[in-house]
Amino acid sequence: MSADANLVSFVAIGVLVGCGVTLLLERSLSRVLLGIILIGNGVNLLIIFGGRSGRAPIAGVTEPERMSDTLPQAMVLTAIVITFGFTAFLLAISYRSWYLTGDDEVPDDLEDQQIVRRAARKEVSTADLGGEPPESDPEQVDVPAPWQRREEGLG
Amino acid sequence: MTALVPLPVLLPLLGAALTLLLAKWPVPQRVVSVSCLATTLVVAVLLLVHAYRYGPAVVQIGAWPAPVGIVLVADQLAALMLVVSSAVTLCVLLYSIGQGQAETGESAPLAIFHPTYLVLTAGVTNAFLAGDLFNLFVSFEMLLAASFVLITLNGTRLRIRTGSTYVVVNVLASMIFLISVGLVYAATGTLNLAHLAARFDGLPEGVRLSLQLMLLLAFGIKAAVFPLSAWLPDSYPTAPAPVTAVFAGLLTKVGVYAIIRTQTLLFPGEQAGKLLMVVAGLTMLVGILGAVAQSDLKRLFSFTLVSHIGYMIFGVGLSTVAGLVGAIFYVVHHITIQTTLFLVAGLIEQRTGSTDLRRLGGLARVTPLLGVLFFVSAMNLAGIPPFSGFLGKLGLLQAGVAVGGVLPWTLVAVGTLTSLLTLYVASRVWNLAFWRTPCQTVEPTAPLPALTVGATVALVALGVSLTVVAGPLFDVTTGAAVDLRDRTPYIHAVLPDGPP
Repeated sequence: MSADANLVSFVAIGVLVGCGVTLLLERSLSRVLLGIILIGNGVNLLIIFGGRSGRAPIAGVTEPERMSDTLPQAMVLTAIVITFGFTAFLLAISYRSWYLTGDDEVPDDLEDQQIVRRAARKEVSTADLGGEPPESDPEQVDVPAPWQRREEGLG
Repeated sequence: MTALVPLPVLLPLLGAALTLLLAKWPVPQRVVSVSCLATTLVVAVLLLVHAYRYGPAVVQIGAWPAPVGIVLVADQLAALMLVVSSAVTLCVLLYSIGQGQAETGESAPLAIFHPTYLVLTAGVTNAFLAGDLFNLFVSFEMLLAASFVLITLNGTRLRIRTGSTYVVVNVLASMIFLISVGLVYAATGTLNLAHLAARFDGLPEGVRLSLQLMLLLAFGIKAAVFPLSAWLPDSYPTAPAPVTAVFAGLLTKVGVYAIIRTQTLLFPGEQAGKLLMVVAGLTMLVGILGAVAQSDLKRLFSFTLVSHIGYMIFGVGLSTVAGLVGAIFYVVHHITIQTTLFLVAGLIEQRTGSTDLRRLGGLARVTPLLGVLFFVSAMNLAGIPPFSGFLGKLGLLQAGVAVGGVLPWTLVAVGTLTSLLTLYVASRVWNLAFWRTPCQTVEPTAPLPALTVGATVALVALGVSLTVVAGPLFDVTTGAAVDLRDRTPYIHAVLPDGPP
């Protein structure tokens, strides 16, 4: 296998990782998943180009000076397997999320929800006791699902 | 003795395979996991004694000599971390077995808990023993994959929400780590840490600095250092109590361990010292201010966890022997105490059905034992004199004073302020949850399982006993820190004939 590092390959790595990062910034888990796959492939290419290129490293067939570096190839194999496992897990999570909420969008975290709710009530944070009555406890309030929010025009 | 080195990794992995086979028989499954972790603890203690007396124990997997093959190295730092982590994982395992009934639901594939937990342990121990950068990456992935399963256990709505953030952030951190590994190999042609230590000296300054910053970025996300810590308080609290406890105790500390290891071995000198100290100060301050604002016990402890990571980073940033001694001592203290606090929070949740400070009250009268357990560990965290938290903080602050200068003195002030604010947070929890008259009548549920309480008591006792054994412990941490600064014991143990 010959893998000469040249400008084209580095541009390819850059495009893969760049697109991956863009997708990673999305809210939808399936796009995040695609982003991770792209970044993973970009990184694998980067590792491959980190080693010397050459012919198949088999003793007796190729003389040592012309052999390719095998270590990056071994690392890439491991990295591919790991990325594959994580991709499968993320896919399962996004399916589960779709199953539970009808969407695979990652909702706001608790702090964000609290801030939004407080801002809507024009409330400032009160005393040390927590300040809010129990019914505004985020664990107790049903946050509308993404599809409901979209219907209400809040999303 | 070297035959023992791979055992802390092999035993939990073997246990994971066995418990998976025994999925339908809970009792043998528990016996296997407990005996695996107990044996690991014994092996870890033996390794620590060996490393303290005779220096690092090195094993070359498959008998390939060092720069080519994979090496596992148990020096004093690694062995000390192994001892603490196996003690903590064993206690948490007992706790979760005791809590067993609470975790079994109709939709809960509980059989998966033991194998996953053991894989997590294997990942943690492998990270401590890893002698090359790629093996460190693989062990991070092992513990991450297991932690993904544990944090989304049962797949409830809340856990899926927090789990997705956790998974994405950590996968991204792994990618950054992997990029750094690739670049390190491209620049030096080796990944063996001891070999790298020799080869890095010949690299141009700019290349070395950028590799250092890449690695710091990757480990900083895992260790939850301030600008990279936002994911932690949002994802930890929703997991089951024992899972949160072991994550809080161990996973961030693996990141801290990786920072200590790489900064001392690969990048000696004070290049990143100032940067580390600045982020350490911000981590302490922002973390503890977050904790002050929280009204949920688990979230509050997640913020104190972030805050106290700052102390360890401060010790590393000082890059003196005294600073490293303080940092290592603090890691040991903090693994124990943060795990204990989350277990106590779990007990409170099991007893009252809530960890919301606005609902809790009068617990000191209902369950005095819980009060004692919380009080001792909270005072330990805040750094009240007889406890190990005080000793660790004192060591770090003294190291800061000894270095002198504007930044170390600022950090000393911030550290003191953080300690006081931690005390404020602890006393606020005490007042709200334990002392005031109950605002809601606490339903007396079934008594807490003896094993759960026993495991928590054992961990509290371990935390307190750190004070009792503080002398020998400081000996070990000093030995570890001197070795780290010196670098030659590690390099010589891995490459006896010198770097090729």
